[in-house]
Amino acid sequence: MTDNIWTYLMVGITFAIYLGIAIWSRAGSTKDFYVAGGGVSPLANGMATAADWMSAASFLSMAGLISFSGFIGSQYLMGWTGGYVLLALLLAPYLRKFGKFTVPDFIGERYYSQTARVIAVFCALFISFTYVVGQMKGVGVAFARFLEVKFEVGVGIGIVIVLFYTVLGGMKGITYTQVAQYCVLIFAYLVPAIFLSLFATGNPIPQLGLGGQVTDGAWLLDKLDTIHTDLGFKAYTSADVNTVDMFFVTAALMLGTAGLPHVIVRFFTVPRVKDARLSAGYALVFIAILYTTAPAISVFAKTNLISALQDKEYADVPQWFTNWEHTGLLGFEDKNNDGKIQYYNDKNPDMDAVAASNGWKGNELTIDQDIIVLANPEISQLPAWVIALVVAGGLAAALSTAAGLLLVISTSISHDLLKKWLKPNISEKKELLAARLAITVAVIVGGIAGINPPGFVAEVVAFAFGLAAASFFPAIVLGIFSTRVNKEGALAGMLVGIVFTATYILCFSVFKMGGPEDYWFGISPKGIGTLGMIFNLVVTLVVTYLTPAPPVKVQEMVESIRYPKGAGAAQEH
Amino acid sequence: MSQINYKLYWKKNLKYLATLLAVWFIVSFGCGIMFAEELNSIRLGGFKLGFWFAQQGSIFVFVILIFVYVYLMNKLDKEFNLNED
Repeated sequence: MTDNIWTYLMVGITFAIYLGIAIWSRAGSTKDFYVAGGGVSPLANGMATAADWMSAASFLSMAGLISFSGFIGSQYLMGWTGGYVLLALLLAPYLRKFGKFTVPDFIGERYYSQTARVIAVFCALFISFTYVVGQMKGVGVAFARFLEVKFEVGVGIGIVIVLFYTVLGGMKGITYTQVAQYCVLIFAYLVPAIFLSLFATGNPIPQLGLGGQVTDGAWLLDKLDTIHTDLGFKAYTSADVNTVDMFFVTAALMLGTAGLPHVIVRFFTVPRVKDARLSAGYALVFIAILYTTAPAISVFAKTNLISALQDKEYADVPQWFTNWEHTGLLGFEDKNNDGKIQYYNDKNPDMDAVAASNGWKGNELTIDQDIIVLANPEISQLPAWVIALVVAGGLAAALSTAAGLLLVISTSISHDLLKKWLKPNISEKKELLAARLAITVAVIVGGIAGINPPGFVAEVVAFAFGLAAASFFPAIVLGIFSTRVNKEGALAGMLVGIVFTATYILCFSVFKMGGPEDYWFGISPKGIGTLGMIFNLVVTLVVTYLTPAPPVKVQEMVESIRYPKGAGAAQEH
Repeated sequence: MSQINYKLYWKKNLKYLATLLAVWFIVSFGCGIMFAEELNSIRLGGFKLGFWFAQQGSIFVFVILIFVYVYLMNKLDKEFNLNED
């Protein structure tokens, strides 16, 4: 019961802070609402971008994912950080100089085409919406598990909170709330990691602890490798993997990151071109703090978990085991009735002899990878307030990402669809009202979809990255670095990229029309966006050189965004 | 006031980009993926080198790359009188 009081207290205090910030930073104009008035400092924007970027999945699931995939899990670590290098070098400064509000703004004006703008709007809407559904689900899970409310009630609470500060504050409210949310989530992530690192290696810095020595002098990673091979699993650090697929998945995540509208739009909120560059650097620093801690947590937790349970009497298991067994994240089935827990890879034929000589009759322990982050504080017997902190951190991660995505959805509707397409004469006041209405509808629909997610939610997230990589990334980069690329080329390229990527993912991920043996060059649907990006690039260039050059005015615009002088504030139209 | 040499500024910018992106590619796709297995036979304290690049080293290098770019571009902006106030 005392655990619950701590949780209510932590969640209550952090939510009160977010609401306070929302009231303090209300938005008065569309510019406040869309790009926070264009006056956010690079440091604050970096923090907000980091919170926006790191979702419930980064916070709760990533360390577990790596823990159970070993070396190949690096594709997520590199993929979700390396994209920021592309952002900083190839996109952020130029888009800031361009100085409008949204990604479809850029696509529409650079390719002087309403069709291109509309395609971009629908891509942005699709990408953001699939993402929001996952976040709302994350909020529901966190509430349901720790506050013992119903899952639906949890999502409902999430909807009300997000609604309050996004509708009130727009980008301005979101940005300053995200700064607070970053602080909460990073503190919540680091505290257990520091304890784990201290216990495992005596070094308080998890990044160093990962390469540290355990009490008997052996290297921690070597110890885990041995544990793995003894149980019939592949050595944790072994790089003997499908290199082609890992290459394509890493590239798709990087290119996708750099093409995600809710990330790009952050760089419209800083005052100057050089702030956009610096801000991308700060964002990556703040992201890297979590992303270099995650692989350390993966290793500490996996080592602890196996050492604590392997071949131990089921009757003697610690309390946390029983607690998590209730949630279904841990499962034990005594197949050989010896009363002990055996965890090993029963699919590895080499283990048959070992199992026979020990009287093992198959793996008896099932572990859900999410437990790696969630159960850490208990496994390491940390105080109750640390557990409460992890809950608050997970909620901060989910809410901050949901808010950023909702803003892209509302901007796409009120600005790109209404103002720039359907009703160009709409007044600013009405546009602002439309933006607020759009958020309200989006969050409620997103919440309902989060309660009843379509079965393929996990695949859809891969879809979002693939689509961002195959549609936006080449269109924006070519639009900046080539004055020659024209409307015809960009439209053809985007269509080919989107159709190819979508078809591949639908065939293999959603309709299961074939197994891994049917993949092209062994590339999984997660990595196909890279190939879609290459197709887009080639088609764009070929079609461009077969058709006339863009108007001189557009070429001059491209020239002008290359030089930082006179970037000014985000312009009114 | 002298004429700003936009062409040269852009050329230098592209040169920086090419160099920095080459490093970006080599540490992640090179050391972290394509040659990770070979690099794993080299040790860096408790780490095998390929594994270290894939899970830590590449991320550190990414951060450094952006700050090097910020520094180079700020210098270039000043040199070509394109510095914002």
